[in-house]
Amino acid sequence: MRDLFAVIMLSGIYSLIAASLFITMDAADVAFTEAAVGAGVSTLLLLKTLALVDRHESTGPTRPGLAITVVIATGALLAYGTLDMHPFGETHTPSNDHIAAYYLENSIEDTGVPNVVTSILASYRGFDTLGELIVIFTAGIGVIVLLGQTGTSDSEIRPAMRQHLVLRVVSKILIPFIMLFAFYVQFHGEYGPGGGFQAGVIFASAVILYSILFGPEAARSVFSNATTRILAVSGVLLFACTGIVSMLKGKAFLDYSALAEDPVSGQLLGILLVELGVGITVAAVLIRVFLEFDERRWQPDDQRGQS
Amino acid sequence: MAETIVSFIAACLLLLGCLFCVTGAVGMIRFPNFFARVHATSVTDSLGAGLILIGLALLSDSATPVFKLLFILLFTLITAPTAVHALTKAAMHAGSHTASPIEELPASDEGGPSSKH
Amino acid sequence: MTGLLVFWVIFALMMTGLYVTIAHDNLIKKVVGLGILQVSVFMLYIAIANVRGAAIPILKEGESLYSNPLPHVLILTAIVVGIATVALALALVIRIRERFGTIEEAALESAARDWSER
Repeated sequence: MRDLFAVIMLSGIYSLIAASLFITMDAADVAFTEAAVGAGVSTLLLLKTLALVDRHESTGPTRPGLAITVVIATGALLAYGTLDMHPFGETHTPSNDHIAAYYLENSIEDTGVPNVVTSILASYRGFDTLGELIVIFTAGIGVIVLLGQTGTSDSEIRPAMRQHLVLRVVSKILIPFIMLFAFYVQFHGEYGPGGGFQAGVIFASAVILYSILFGPEAARSVFSNATTRILAVSGVLLFACTGIVSMLKGKAFLDYSALAEDPVSGQLLGILLVELGVGITVAAVLIRVFLEFDERRWQPDDQRGQS
Repeated sequence: MAETIVSFIAACLLLLGCLFCVTGAVGMIRFPNFFARVHATSVTDSLGAGLILIGLALLSDSATPVFKLLFILLFTLITAPTAVHALTKAAMHAGSHTASPIEELPASDEGGPSSKH
Repeated sequence: MTGLLVFWVIFALMMTGLYVTIAHDNLIKKVVGLGILQVSVFMLYIAIANVRGAAIPILKEGESLYSNPLPHVLILTAIVVGIATVALALALVIRIRERFGTIEEAALESAARDWSER
């Protein structure tokens, strides 16, 4: 398949089918995130890139022999590795029995949060979430460095889709509700599927929708470069400072039970603040990444190599 | 007694919704040109999804899922036709509407359908 | 053996993504292949975490058996890191296109050689 547009669309469909597969395997948070990220943002960024490169692939697969050999060898090794695994769906497997059973039994006692995925993400394994937040932040910095400096933004402003009246009206009706849903997912992530990441992605997609339909200048008037930079940084700082406050109060880094008199309310407060930090940074980074991608213009071949 | 009637109606609605989804999919593959195909997918999105959501709302056991499902139905009914409109408008800009929508039947003295593929 | 079939199907998907990444020249196709590989890896972990007849790991009255929530957390992290990596990779693809005028690897090697020798 040479047409890259069709390839990108099919990869979006694959992500959506994978999300529905996650639902049938009882993974609600993961399905939520995969649908929002894989079928939404990832396809969007790929299409934005496609607008700046050639649409058709010019050659077929090169070195197919090497690829087939590597693939078959790796697949055989993986299949050999599964021969010792428990079959699909068994209740008592080594991964299900030890620490996961502890988390499931003690989540409400220790943290007061029924959504065990959120309590593990924000409290039991909060360190990993801090690292992941910094990874997103670093990727945002990388995109700003790569695409932000010498842009080829020409002086003529690309006309916003002024003639698409239906789209503009419908999106004006829907964007506030999308943002409201993002806040709902953010703060309800402790009692149902949701949390910081999903909320950040949904909020970013509302702003991206606005930017696509009303022009990037309109989106930049609200989310200027300085605003997204400050928001991204403040999310990471909120997370890290919650941990530092716990340290200053005498307990370990990111031990939220130090944040209030009652340890469980301390945990609830800590999880709330931490998820808020995650949501703010993810939204700000995704908005900034999209706006950076939006600013590049198609460069004809005689002007290339000058940046 | 009322519960079995409600679940029977819900089952019928779910089945009907699945049927509309399947016909939408079949139409998307079999129709000859773009606009007919996109019309078939709009059936899937609005009618198929709508009936399935109403059937699920009848099957739920407390009030909160009913409201959530009705909200999902409302947003689907707003966004699905908008998406189809956007697709169709893009296709018009790309020039798909200049292709003839229906293959013309051959004239009677030209030998029948086998002369045109 | 049949209990492992799910994993083998997932491995087939994973190997498809790997094949696309290795065999095709176009950089965007390589990124898409990486995405397919990533999603298949997520499927593998969620399949390991699945427990037959269990509920979503949100604690509720009356449910006793839950799916394992720990791989869900790992995959949640992995999904978001994956999108960060894809965004960075696509930014690189855009810059490569602007600098060298092509994103096919064979043409890219000769263009890079010319660029470094100029």
